[in-house]
Amino acid sequence: MSTNGVDKKRRRFLVNLTAGVGAVGSGFAVAPFVMSMTPSERAKAAGAPVEVDISKLEPGQLLTVKWRGKPVWLLNRTPVMMDSLKGLADILEDPESTDAEQPTYAKGIARAIKPELLVVVGLCTHLGCSPDKKLEAGAGAGLGADWPGGFFCPCHGSKFDLSGRVYKNVPAPRNLPVPPYSFKSDTEIVLGIDQKEGVA
Amino acid sequence: MQSLLEWVDARFPLLKVWNEHLAEYYAPKNFNFWYYFGSLAILMLVLQIFSGIFLTIHYKPDVGLAFASVEYIMRDVPWGWFIRYLHSTGASAFFIVIYLHMFRALLYGSHRGPRELVWIMGMVIFVALMAESFMGYLLPWGNMSYWGAQVIINLFDAIPVIGPGLSEWIRGDFVISDATLNRFFAFHVAAVPLVLVILVFMHIVALHRVGSNNPDGIEIKENKGADGIPLDGIPFHPYYTVKDIVAVVVFLIVLSSVLFFAPELGGWFLEHDNFTPANVLQTPPEIVPLWYFTPYYSILRACTPDYMIYLSIFVGIVGAMTLFSARNIMVKAVAVVTPLILIVGFYTLEAKFWGVVAMGVSIMVFFALPWLDRSTVKSIRYRGWMYKTALGIFVVTFLVLGYLGTQPPEGLYKALAQIGTLIYFAFFAFMPWYSQIDKTKPVPERVT
Ligand code: HEM
Ligand code: FES
Repeated sequence: MSTNGVDKKRRRFLVNLTAGVGAVGSGFAVAPFVMSMTPSERAKAAGAPVEVDISKLEPGQLLTVKWRGKPVWLLNRTPVMMDSLKGLADILEDPESTDAEQPTYAKGIARAIKPELLVVVGLCTHLGCSPDKKLEAGAGAGLGADWPGGFFCPCHGSKFDLSGRVYKNVPAPRNLPVPPYSFKSDTEIVLGIDQKEGVA
Repeated sequence: MQSLLEWVDARFPLLKVWNEHLAEYYAPKNFNFWYYFGSLAILMLVLQIFSGIFLTIHYKPDVGLAFASVEYIMRDVPWGWFIRYLHSTGASAFFIVIYLHMFRALLYGSHRGPRELVWIMGMVIFVALMAESFMGYLLPWGNMSYWGAQVIINLFDAIPVIGPGLSEWIRGDFVISDATLNRFFAFHVAAVPLVLVILVFMHIVALHRVGSNNPDGIEIKENKGADGIPLDGIPFHPYYTVKDIVAVVVFLIVLSSVLFFAPELGGWFLEHDNFTPANVLQTPPEIVPLWYFTPYYSILRACTPDYMIYLSIFVGIVGAMTLFSARNIMVKAVAVVTPLILIVGFYTLEAKFWGVVAMGVSIMVFFALPWLDRSTVKSIRYRGWMYKTALGIFVVTFLVLGYLGTQPPEGLYKALAQIGTLIYFAFFAFMPWYSQIDKTKPVPERVT
């Protein structure tokens, strides 16, 4: 085959160059489509704070409210429930809540601004089911006689105590997250706005 | 008529395509029961696309309207219930057909050379089919739809670094919402079906390039007559077209019986919790995927922190065996380094992440099957007891894992799922050894 004066090397270079530029161009052309699938401005704006009246929340009662499309639990813990939080350190993954699953004002074993009022996002840290409320201690919950009360995720069997702290050797790796919240007054809290340090 | 055909043929290779793929496509003459499921899979694909189009005519992809629009189809649209049940029952039927179709390959070594690409394309179809049914399940916006999607999308969250951004990108929102429903609709009715059709086309083109395998696992192309036609081959049309039509009739009888008399099959084909609308605040008491996902779901749930020790031992053994049998120094290096990295990872990254990895691997490992199998024969008819036993145990394990996936992961069930997971992986991981040392029987020259 005669080369007919064709410079093969140069031709190959030009072909590769054209293909390369074309590939980069295609990459840019794909970008708008990929970006169009990220959360829209409207979705980003939807996360407004939610005010909750807790004056009618009796001791032992749990209230579920919707915040940013997620269930948030408000549990008014009785003294007995508060007692159940102690002495669990051995069976919990992170008893002192040192992982960054809560604002700094909600650490420790109670994980709350006002110790008796628990505020947590009711979504399992495994794959996001909403755990069942098994608040009663004892065999009645179907989780064995030594169940101290807490939450049980039906999806893959994760267990949490009444502070939303996760048990060891369950699929969920972390404690239930505490959302940012603050007290507007004694009987009203605001989900989504951080408590100022040192207040309340 | 004849002249019309000639007119077309001069402009479009009608006769050529007809002959190459039907009238002069020579298939082995010894196809048995297991060879029906390819044609039946095509039938199911057509039925799903067809019934899906008619559902789309009435369905509304909007969180405020979706659930009610499905109920409207069921109650008010003339024959709407039929179309909906055809689609929902059809999805399960499709998976039954596909699982049997894949099992046939394990029986007769159809995934082995030269059909590796047929197998790989089949596996891509399988993965696409899982995505298709997963996204379709969100559309009725029932409570199981919502929480099922929540769990599966959160799987991506477990991937280090990119996970959270990725799951946000899939949802199009910070939680599952209207944005998610709308895009799943687009993928379910347009993008994935299109991909499936193209893949099936390629699957068959690849198959017709190499020719079908058969229950004896013999290459019929190695014995050709003077006319160049395989001695053990018969034209696909009319022999197998007619044979397959009989299978279609029987299959449709079974499908219709389920469709008309037990369309939800006691919650196995359509779950009860999906007849309540999605409730963002309340997970159904027991969240279970549809049956065809449950084996992998069991594997996902098996990975808790106390399981890591067994996984470590497992990868250690596989690594050590590879180290001793491999000749290539590179392979030896990989056999040492990979288990070490994995074991370190088992104890540093969350067990949740490894659950996701295990589930991913349990599906993806099928891609490697043509290379894991080292037997000198293809068909189970000429293999020894080792492969037969291994395959038997694997099938039982797969079914048991599938059952356990529908049960709460507690006590005995959890332990069984963890044992099952190891057996599942052992089937693949040790295949290079047991398939090789297994005593085989002599393979006949011609099909029997
Ligand atoms: C939409 C789904 C699918 C369709 C419509 C389809 C269709 C077909 C058809 C018509 C055949 C030839 C007839 C037969 O041998 O039964 C075939 C062969 C084959 N398919 Fe599929 N298939 C699908 C999915 C899969 C999957 C998921 C796999 C496995 C991962 C697979 C693996 C194979 C193999 C290995 C063969 C060759 C069988 C042999 O020659 O023994 N296919 N397929
Ligand atoms: S989602 Fe709660 S255990 Fe998996």
